Amino acid sequence: MALYSEKVMDHFRNPRNVGVIENADGVGEVGNAKCGDIMKMYLKIDDDVISDVKFETFGCGSAIASSSMATELIKGKPVSEAMQLTNKAVAEALDGLPDYKMHCSVLAEEAIRSALDDYYKKKAENEIRDLHDR
Amino acid sequence: MIYADNAATTKMSSRAIETMVSLMKETFGNPSSLYTIGQRAKEVLEQARKDVAEVIGADPREILFTSGGSEADNQAIISAAKIGEKKGKKHIISSAFEHHAVLHTLEKLKKEGYEITLLDVHEDGLVRPEELEAAIREDTCLVTIMYANNEIGTIQPIREIGAICRKHGVLFHTDAVQAIAHVPVNVVDDNIDLLSSSAHKFHGPKGVGFLYAKKGVLLSNLIEGGAQERGKRAGTENVPGIAAMAAALKEAAEHLEENSEKLKKRRDQLIAGLREIPHSALNGDETRRLPGNVNFCFEGIEGESLLLLLDDKGISASSGSACTSGSLDPSHVLLAIGRVHDVAHGSLRLSLGEDVTEEQIHEIIQSVKEVVEYLRSFSPIWRDLMAGKKPFIL
Repeated sequence: MALYSEKVMDHFRNPRNVGVIENADGVGEVGNAKCGDIMKMYLKIDDDVISDVKFETFGCGSAIASSSMATELIKGKPVSEAMQLTNKAVAEALDGLPDYKMHCSVLAEEAIRSALDDYYKKKAENEIRDLHDR
Repeated sequence: MIYADNAATTKMSSRAIETMVSLMKETFGNPSSLYTIGQRAKEVLEQARKDVAEVIGADPREILFTSGGSEADNQAIISAAKIGEKKGKKHIISSAFEHHAVLHTLEKLKKEGYEITLLDVHEDGLVRPEELEAAIREDTCLVTIMYANNEIGTIQPIREIGAICRKHGVLFHTDAVQAIAHVPVNVVDDNIDLLSSSAHKFHGPKGVGFLYAKKGVLLSNLIEGGAQERGKRAGTENVPGIAAMAAALKEAAEHLEENSEKLKKRRDQLIAGLREIPHSALNGDETRRLPGNVNFCFEGIEGESLLLLLDDKGISASSGSACTSGSLDPSHVLLAIGRVHDVAHGSLRLSLGEDVTEEQIHEIIQSVKEVVEYLRSFSPIWRDLMAGKKPFIL
């Protein structure tokens, strides 16, 4: 049996949405180098819909595949829907991950959540600034 | 395909395969049986013992066949511990980067009341004989230091260590699994009392190895039962495997010098090529290392993804990253030589086979360069390092 499913290998070999979004509306980074996994997510959001998403990942095959799949699952979706993304959904979409690699899907969920939190924070700050400007 | 993981296991040699197959077909008897076909198997077994003994400068009666290196390590250490216990000596000295077959056996003994000192292996991956001598106490019963490290390939000053042990009357065991058939080993010249070896590391079959125990060192059984192996290891002998191991060992010993010279040249070409990758570092001393071992850390990437992409390019290698070990920590060997977690995750071990060509070395260099560059292109750590947000470690 292979280490990973065909789908994991496909997303690992040909990761979708790799890169950076300059002046992103939300940026989130989770994990740490000590543990060997870091994921960074960039979101472009228009009218509360995720119009673009990019990622950068330092990590193993399943970490890269999980990042890639997570971006696919939220691209074009409303922010409210993206907030509901679970690690289970990421793992299932990849046709499963080995038990000891499930934390990679958790990291992907957390990275998206962290980027969305950043978006909400920036949005709130902008609204306050707008009020002041008035 | 380029197989560059010979430290994990090797391809069996034709001579070893032929020996094994012909014995399985024709000499299937039990060496303990008294009729002709049994006695023929017994002859094959004893000839293998002579051949193995000759290669390492031992007496055939000092060779015990086992299921491999791990069993030999376990039996050697437990035997020496029991000898020590009888004299009230329960202190054992080893090193921080031994194989787990040694470290886990020592952990078990620790729970049984033994005291364990693990020597530092320094940045170059080498034990210092003077530090060993300073660590020896009145109650030290055993020193166990590997001949050559399985990950970074550094060759320890075994002869000096052995001489110090002899001077202080302490038993000396060495896990020589990576060294036998790759560097010249002589148990008399090297002052070794106990030595472990495994056949599949030198083109022999898996599941067979041997333990050398100097005459007078009383072995304790791990496996009780019949009187095989002078009563020290029960179970019907794996005659085809043992004979194939002896054939592979003889073959390797005959070509040791030429193979070693050739491999060192290839190894050094590979090291020079990989050094061109920025922010990389060789792990372990550059010259005092196994002829076929190359081990690097590359900053900003993770080892498992590196291995998977190299596999796609037809190169089989290994890594000390946490993701390849199934644990959260990277290799204890890399941590022992002072590599921090961040870079230890990005390690690559290439252990070359004797048949590796110069073209293949260039192919490996080119592939590793491409994969490292690709993985760095979307690594957030690499971005931070390049932007000066974090200082480079390598």
